[in-house]
Amino acid sequence: MSSTVEAPAPRQPLKKKDLTADHPTWCPGCGDFAVLASFYRFLEKAQIPHEKIVVLAGIGCSSRFPYFVNSHSGHFIHGRSIPFASGVSLSRDDLHVFVFGGDGDGFSIGGNHLFHGARKNINLTYVIMDNSVYGLTKKQTSPTSPIGFKTKTDPTGAFDRPVNPMKALLASGATFIARSHAAQVNHMVDMYERAYAHKGFSVIEILSECVEFYPGAFDAAVPRKGGKFVEVQLKKGDGTPDDAQRHDPSDADAAFRLANLEAPGVYGVFYQVNPPSKNELEAQLVAKSRERVKHAAHIDVLRGTFARMR
Amino acid sequence: MVSPTSSTATPEGGAPSVEKLKDAVIRLAGNSQDGIQTIGGFLARLAGRSDQDVMTYMTIPSTISGGPSIFQVRMGSGEVLSAGDQADFLVAFYQHSYESHISFLREGGVLIYDTDHVKPNLDDKRFVHCGVAITGLTIEACGGAAKDKGKNMFVLGLLARLFSLKVDKLRALITERFGTKDGDVLRNAFLAFDAGYAYTVEGLLKRYYAFEDPVRPNACPQVTMDGNQAIAYGLIAAGCRYGAAYPITPWSSIMEILRTELPKYGGTFVQCEDELAAVSLALGAAYAGHLSMTGSSGPGLSLKMEALGWAVMAEMPLVVVNIQRGGPSTGLPTNVEQSDLMQAIYGSHGDAPRVVVAPQNVEDCFYLTMDACRIAKEYSVPVIILSDQALSSRIEAFDEPDLEKIMVKPVLDLSPRGEDFKPYPLDRMTRHAPPGTPMKGAYPTVTGLEHDEGGHPTGNPALHMKMTAKRRDKLRQLAATLPVPEVCGDQDGDVLLVGWGSTWGPIREAVKRGQAAGQKIAHLHLRHIHPLPNGLEPIFARYRQVFVVEVNDEGLYGFGQLATLLRARYALNKIRSITKTDGLTYRVREILEGVRRLSGEQTSTFSLYPGA
Repeated sequence: MSSTVEAPAPRQPLKKKDLTADHPTWCPGCGDFAVLASFYRFLEKAQIPHEKIVVLAGIGCSSRFPYFVNSHSGHFIHGRSIPFASGVSLSRDDLHVFVFGGDGDGFSIGGNHLFHGARKNINLTYVIMDNSVYGLTKKQTSPTSPIGFKTKTDPTGAFDRPVNPMKALLASGATFIARSHAAQVNHMVDMYERAYAHKGFSVIEILSECVEFYPGAFDAAVPRKGGKFVEVQLKKGDGTPDDAQRHDPSDADAAFRLANLEAPGVYGVFYQVNPPSKNELEAQLVAKSRERVKHAAHIDVLRGTFARMR
Repeated sequence: MVSPTSSTATPEGGAPSVEKLKDAVIRLAGNSQDGIQTIGGFLARLAGRSDQDVMTYMTIPSTISGGPSIFQVRMGSGEVLSAGDQADFLVAFYQHSYESHISFLREGGVLIYDTDHVKPNLDDKRFVHCGVAITGLTIEACGGAAKDKGKNMFVLGLLARLFSLKVDKLRALITERFGTKDGDVLRNAFLAFDAGYAYTVEGLLKRYYAFEDPVRPNACPQVTMDGNQAIAYGLIAAGCRYGAAYPITPWSSIMEILRTELPKYGGTFVQCEDELAAVSLALGAAYAGHLSMTGSSGPGLSLKMEALGWAVMAEMPLVVVNIQRGGPSTGLPTNVEQSDLMQAIYGSHGDAPRVVVAPQNVEDCFYLTMDACRIAKEYSVPVIILSDQALSSRIEAFDEPDLEKIMVKPVLDLSPRGEDFKPYPLDRMTRHAPPGTPMKGAYPTVTGLEHDEGGHPTGNPALHMKMTAKRRDKLRQLAATLPVPEVCGDQDGDVLLVGWGSTWGPIREAVKRGQAAGQKIAHLHLRHIHPLPNGLEPIFARYRQVFVVEVNDEGLYGFGQLATLLRARYALNKIRSITKTDGLTYRVREILEGVRRLSGEQTSTFSLYPGA
């Protein structure tokens, strides 16, 4: 990555202590702590120049993330973190943009933006920490709350069919889609690394338990609580009979089949394709447009326009 | 086929005399698909190229195709302030055009009508009737295949002859406009134009016309454009390279221009999925360290309000263009109204002070937009530019801006910040460290939560009061730097007319007419509306009455939106309102009628269209 700033001294490796900021305000035992811890570990491994890391969020418990990472960060409004992050990414291709949010921010108030950010393939990584409940406002129904779940807004049990996050993401046109679980730190780090390496709109749904308002929500995928954590096995291309059984992440139909599995489902990369990102396409448009005006100084481009308006 | 070659046509032997005109109001009335805007555009640009002053007035139906439409152009050799209360010439393409607009023709005015479609009342001796088989002659000139497509060019030729216009300049404009299309289009345009030019009107009119020589010969070249173009190029001149928006009438043409133009300057303009995404994306670019903008019209501005509040709280510079139209709700999408003032100043929840400016004419759309960009950066605050439908489509000619002097180069400041950097210092203006900036101390978080100087969330009452005061006081600092607007007309006297936005020209003309009739009257126009410039009290004190002229409703208590603000700010009972909501720009005589009524009566307000 090109850097616009001279860095004379060799950089010290980026350590966790450089990356921690305010102490998280989450409830003790919240799954989000592990999501944060694995993000630190990913950053230690990735060694992105410190000033190029950007952490953004909307509103919700998980959206407090930016305060807990010592990086350039922004806490925007409810549901609009994706367009905000798109503005950062599209105008500053030298940065690495990470967006954190919850299921309400992503699938409810911000659903439309998720869809369009994904189809435009804007270069950023979006982490949806799904706890299937509104926690910050103290237990109302969320778009991923299962039928029958009792909340303060559905005291007799929710009856609106929940969003299937992986199917919604597949339909949105996102070019990297993965799923992880807050009880699996190594798996989360792996997903972060793959998402970060992807050029385009990468999104990870992480099931992250709300111990206060929906305890045990994702126990079915926690082995030490008797559940099963099944990882998606990706094709290796080794031509073995076993490989034929493995998942081809460029196969959307196969990805939909994984998304349709009953809870607790499977975890890993569901889908990945590599069309050009909007960042690349916009850069091409700029290059062509600059070519057309013969790389003239800005003042001369405008002068030329005015000359035609005489 | 006669093809004129001389630049100024001279009627040949035995032809009628030529009458010199100071200015003329020409109204073209037809349907929206007839290309009458094209005629109007050519006339406006010709006037600009001829160092004449020009102002146009256009109505377009909001339907996709079809429907009555007019384009009115007033061109002259003196200062043209309004599009004109009455037309000197009316060109009627259809019977409905004639019937709807004949009342707008002044007594003694000339009606040019298409004899193939219009049957005027020839007994009405108030007007000079000039019937021309526009449709038939156009088909004859271009051949059947083009049908009546070239009617507009035929009429342009006719007008060129009638007003002794500079034909070589017109031909150059036609070539520029149609030259890039396939050859037939340009050929047909010239065939129709030449046929119109060659048409003999001697039998119908007693004379030809010519404009007096302009009073500003050899001045700097003029550019001719509409208000939306002026805003778009003002943004570029001010160094704005990033923006995002969603299409809405009458804002869209600005985003169309920026989408094409910004990449030529290395920038990007993004069409978003909705208004909320547009303002959010623009704020993302602002957070990334760029001068950034978004824009819309009334309904879209309403949708942007929450994010605008974030911009105030996070102290993020942003330029927001709002091309006002008739409201509320979907309202009147293609009509003019100045009814978004309160929403621009006070929309959003919480105490959210932001800057609001309003350009007074097309030239000001360019310069005030540049000023809005400057203010946004210097005060780290969102700035709303309130233009309106009338300015958006009005074409005017003005002196070509001296770019050498005013062009601003975009700067992305990523210089390392020291240990003591604070994103929200209480003792000085916020200067954000955009991402990419190496930090010695803690990295900054920009936030919509109330925060301390370091950007950490806090509910501390004392801090909330201090930060609220900080966000408010920087606008007071701005107010102290704003120029006191000039008063035009009598420097003291009976009536001061106060206006904002596109009403500048008609109010100015009303004051000139009022003075000529012996009134002690003056005009004050506010371009910076929030904050108001300091120093208005002494001006108000010099007049017995202060009437605020606006295109909005008198409201529950009898005062328009600016009048309400001024009464609250200055607590002066003599501030009263002249308002209307017919969706059209003010005619000069409507303003004078308002002044007459308010001066004589004790009523609080004068509305042209009360009740109903």
